[in-house]
Amino acid sequence: MEETTKLAPNNTADALALNVPIVSDTDQSILNLGPTHPATHGIFQNILTMEGEKIMDSEQTVGYIHRAFEKIAERRPFYQITTLTDRMNYCSSPINNFGWHMTVEKLLQITVPKRAEYIRVIMMELARIADHLVCNSILGVDTGAYSAFLYVFQEREKIYEIYEEMCGARLTTNMGRIGGMERDLSPTAFKKIKDLIYNTLPKVMKEFETLFDRNRIFRDRTVNVGPITGKRAMEYGFTGPNLRAAGIDYDMRVIEPYSSYEDFDFEVPVGHNGDTFDRYMVRNAEIWESMKIIRQAMENLPEGPYYANEDHYYLPPKKDVYNNMEALIYHFKIVMGEIDAPVGEVYHAVEGGNGELGFYLISDGGRAPFRLHFRRPSFIYYQAFGEMIKGLTISDAVPILSSLNVIAGELDA
Amino acid sequence: MNQSIVEDIVSHFGEKVFEFEEPFGLLTFTTHAENLIEIVSYLKDHPTFKFTFLTDVTGIHLPDNTGKEFCSVCHLHSWENRVRLRIKVFVPTSAPIVPSLTPLFECANWLEREAFDFFGILYSGHPNLKRILNMDEMDYFPMRKEYPMEDATRNDKIDAMFGR
Repeated sequence: MEETTKLAPNNTADALALNVPIVSDTDQSILNLGPTHPATHGIFQNILTMEGEKIMDSEQTVGYIHRAFEKIAERRPFYQITTLTDRMNYCSSPINNFGWHMTVEKLLQITVPKRAEYIRVIMMELARIADHLVCNSILGVDTGAYSAFLYVFQEREKIYEIYEEMCGARLTTNMGRIGGMERDLSPTAFKKIKDLIYNTLPKVMKEFETLFDRNRIFRDRTVNVGPITGKRAMEYGFTGPNLRAAGIDYDMRVIEPYSSYEDFDFEVPVGHNGDTFDRYMVRNAEIWESMKIIRQAMENLPEGPYYANEDHYYLPPKKDVYNNMEALIYHFKIVMGEIDAPVGEVYHAVEGGNGELGFYLISDGGRAPFRLHFRRPSFIYYQAFGEMIKGLTISDAVPILSSLNVIAGELDA
Repeated sequence: MNQSIVEDIVSHFGEKVFEFEEPFGLLTFTTHAENLIEIVSYLKDHPTFKFTFLTDVTGIHLPDNTGKEFCSVCHLHSWENRVRLRIKVFVPTSAPIVPSLTPLFECANWLEREAFDFFGILYSGHPNLKRILNMDEMDYFPMRKEYPMEDATRNDKIDAMFGR
């Protein structure tokens, strides 16, 4: 123990003093981009070594909103961990929630009914649309186009209304439960999704693309800015739209289909040279593909129950709790965390808004995980940012950062 | 696929790989710290298996596993074959030293810094092994099991209250 502590570095000041020259004989200067800077869209720091306009070197500091989710999870019953997961990528919380539920279902070996899986697919794709809309419109803001941002946020608002209909919350959703959905798709939700997917969103997306795709200013700011080759992206652990923009068609929904994704017909859009413009285009194309998936899921939505018949793990309906002794006992046992999970070791990954969102869960047979690790995509690919902005100007670094869609909550867990 | 991987690496590495398991279809095995690099680079460059993607590196603390208290787990993924692989290395508290995977995979850099930050696992050969999510002044490793989540003086949440 003592030996290990001694080897740990002492403090930031020392480390920084060693790594970053404050005074040098060239014309270098140090600039802090962040921790709280409007262009970083989250709290993380970049210490840039500038030579005039040029970024010569940079150091990324993360962890400003670290909340120790992995440690907290070791004391919580499984159903209470759902609320931790939606605070990671808060732009697409339902994907995080369902990813966690599916991990636990894999451990408990629960088969979820088709209807629940389809509802999950609809909600996950809506979340993906919301995530990509935010990313792309913010990219517009960073390159000087504010109106499109306000325009698509009306659509995001509609998606949040659907979340509200499904779970009561908007941002940190806590949607669904282990074993299925908390509630069925209501007629109101159904109507809202239909209206969004068939009427308003395609129009808005067309307009959004007209505003940007061939816009001279936007293209000048993004084409060939911050490119990354497919090979390099793979070495850096890129996944999701950022990897696909570099030309590699790796998508968890296709490579390891979960939640009935194998039933749907959709394409995996890929880019060409992985620059900021390609990342923007891939995200836009994915929004269209997500709409396609939602349409198919809505049209073929199977009848039947929306939760698995697993009394031990799925909270019973409230009216049974008040009138039925058995349901009351299960309700009490689940809420108090009295249900022990089987021993096991599971890795489950879903395609999150930013890429492969993995859950590595080790259960020792208790009521809480022995160890839970989240594979957060943006934490892994943010490492490449330093290399991507080397030799560029700050005005290039800002669109690169926003096109990578680094979400602070996911970065720091 | 898992079966052929097992046969191949057992014939190639023999005693150096052991404890093969397949929890939920994911092939898992253990190796010694000194053999980790050669095994991972063998699997990475293998003409058919092609484990070219490092998904995850993380640590586990097993305080009751005397002599092998720390575990460094890495998940490899072969995109071409759609197969995953989990490799574990156990090390003692007295010398929790595991070779770093950064020469093989760039993305191991921050993942190993995170495992060091929370467990104190030392990755030898790592270019920049310092804390990443916690503050640098911290003098302990918070994910170790000796640091319980809740106040030890609280007795309203003890197991006896719940009939356990």
